[in-house]
Amino acid sequence: MDFELSEDERALAEGMRRLCAGRFPLDRLRAAEGTRAGLDPAGWAELAEAGVFSLRLPEADGGLGLPTAAAAVVFEELGRALVPGPSLASHLAAGVVDGAAEGKVVVGAVHRSAAGVAPVVVEHLGSLGTLVVVDDDGLSVVDPATVGAEAVERPLDPLTPLWHVAALPAGERVGGPDDAARWRRDSRVLGGALLVGLAAATVDLAVAYAKEREQFGKPIGSFQAVKHLCADMLVRAEVARAAVHAAAVTIDQPDVGDDVRAAAGAGLLAAEAAVANGKACIQVHGGMGFTWEVPAHLYLMRARVLSGALGEADALAEVVATRY
Amino acid sequence: MDLRYSESEEAFRAGLRSWLADVLPTLPPKPSHLDWPGRRAYDTAWQRMLFDAGYAGIDWPVEGGGRGASPVEQLIYLEELERAHAPYVGVNFVGLLHAGPTVIVEGTPEQRARFLPPILRGDEVWCQGFSEPGAGSDLASLRTRAVRDGDEYVVTGQKIWTSHAEVADFCELLVRTGPEDSRHRGITWLILPMDRPGIDFRPLRTIAGSTEFGELFLDGVRVPVANRVGDENDGWRVTMTTLSFERGTAFVGEVLQSMELLRGLRALARRTGGWADAQVRRRTGHLGAELDALWALARRNVSQAARTGVPGIGGSVYKLALSELRQRIAELGMDLAGAAGLVWDELPGTDGRGPLGNAEIVSTWVHSFSRTIAAGTSQIQRNIIAERILGLPKG
Repeated sequence: MDFELSEDERALAEGMRRLCAGRFPLDRLRAAEGTRAGLDPAGWAELAEAGVFSLRLPEADGGLGLPTAAAAVVFEELGRALVPGPSLASHLAAGVVDGAAEGKVVVGAVHRSAAGVAPVVVEHLGSLGTLVVVDDDGLSVVDPATVGAEAVERPLDPLTPLWHVAALPAGERVGGPDDAARWRRDSRVLGGALLVGLAAATVDLAVAYAKEREQFGKPIGSFQAVKHLCADMLVRAEVARAAVHAAAVTIDQPDVGDDVRAAAGAGLLAAEAAVANGKACIQVHGGMGFTWEVPAHLYLMRARVLSGALGEADALAEVVATRY
Repeated sequence: MDLRYSESEEAFRAGLRSWLADVLPTLPPKPSHLDWPGRRAYDTAWQRMLFDAGYAGIDWPVEGGGRGASPVEQLIYLEELERAHAPYVGVNFVGLLHAGPTVIVEGTPEQRARFLPPILRGDEVWCQGFSEPGAGSDLASLRTRAVRDGDEYVVTGQKIWTSHAEVADFCELLVRTGPEDSRHRGITWLILPMDRPGIDFRPLRTIAGSTEFGELFLDGVRVPVANRVGDENDGWRVTMTTLSFERGTAFVGEVLQSMELLRGLRALARRTGGWADAQVRRRTGHLGAELDALWALARRNVSQAARTGVPGIGGSVYKLALSELRQRIAELGMDLAGAAGLVWDELPGTDGRGPLGNAEIVSTWVHSFSRTIAAGTSQIQRNIIAERILGLPKG
């Protein structure tokens, strides 16, 4: 038993962090704010080249054959860097949708609720080659060109363009209920990893500001009221990270626990951590935190985008409750 | 990241599990929490059984007389004891988790030979004399004075929150040997024999109505200089050794015990019909997810200790999160208990509800308030996290 990151996992995280810093620096991402620009093909190709989409695909199928734990480490870095685009859906679609693993086809995903009354929005629809529709009965693929949708004027996250979908075609069935369950489980864990990345990034941002911003003649980070906000941010991020990593390892090593319960709990805590930390990060920045200029809001809004895709918090809590 | 145990770790677990299955049914009933001499006899008898079976001082190094188990084996040990409902460390807590480890690291060979074996065998019990009425979270402001007189220190002052003092043989005592304002530079760590003249103990009544701790009054108590651990005025550093042990594996059993408590609450809700309430299920699920996460974090901290040899600062994160979570679990229990939660003693008609009658729910809830205070308040833990992990400036 060694629940620390292995050397390989650390190297993977560092490599991904370097890639993100080089290809997706925040000022470059922000230059595209609100322009509804499509995904940068070179950036997507670089993610594909690094194995983001093919990471867990068996080597025999052209993938890297790495475990879910490695994917969790990678997705945490993508979250931390606010890398835009449906990288998670494209990763999950590797082996299901041709071209997803190689990054040739950008795959998005949308969950169809049984009730079907809630408005449906899909991110980056204009850049998608394939849309995967997930429901209780399985997975279907839909040609994005056949989706009746309208681009949203002002998406909550300025780095995640959205389309409002009026009608979702039935599409072609590519997987059954077990595939859908596995998709949901893995998206809770790896979506959780993206959210942990956001939660951790806001700790760094808030702490850096608390060290530098002075009031009453000293850094605001020397005041306990601010210190405790920051400490609680770290606790949320670390607890959620442990949950996400444990869930990932439980998928890889089924004997160590209940993967479905671990995944639901991890998604629940990661979403909460990212949203609560996003808010706290704005709060630590004071008035500046409410300005467009300071990026704190970007993490909070992305947290909302990602947590919506994991499932309702109440539903996740009920999954844990029934399997406890 | 790997959560599987090795063959030798599994063998250790199997051996411990079978030993526990053999000996636990032979234990006498546990004395009341008001009968401290009875509790001492019970807890030390259990310690002796552990010693005879080779499980005493599982986390102590071999040269200290312990088993020298790896951090992972220590985790397995705590896990198996918790799952088997073995007795808690009880009155042996200070000796095994504070004083012993400190003497191992900082004591002289003579001190190690004299004090360590009786702790391991359950022959001698220790208490802690750190906090004072004026020195709680600000421990370095302590004022209990020790004045050197030949080969003895003469100690005068007052300590508080001293648990099990009436049944203790020794006290790990922090005293002021430097000037009044010397703070952490003028503190010395002494071993106080509790049979010395000039010691008076007055129990304090807790909000649970119990008397598990109290005040220790010291009036000209003579302590041999040979009982000093570490150098004069170096006691703060010696103390930090102790506290880092406390934040290592000390709370590992508690997360498992809390999981069982939550499962008990779920069973209770199912019996009473509360489970039909979506709010109850969601609260249970949320608390369960948090407990799973903290169990993961515990294993992460242990893995860190296994790699570096030292319990990491991550213990503060774990301790803070667990003690706050424990209060919310206890709160759910009180909400489920309804009117039965207004009564300390088990009500008739709740029999057969196993461990989760109203008495346990009430006791768990009331005791949960001590979790965010003892061993460093949640506020102090947040300061530690902010200053030592995040590097924020001291106020």
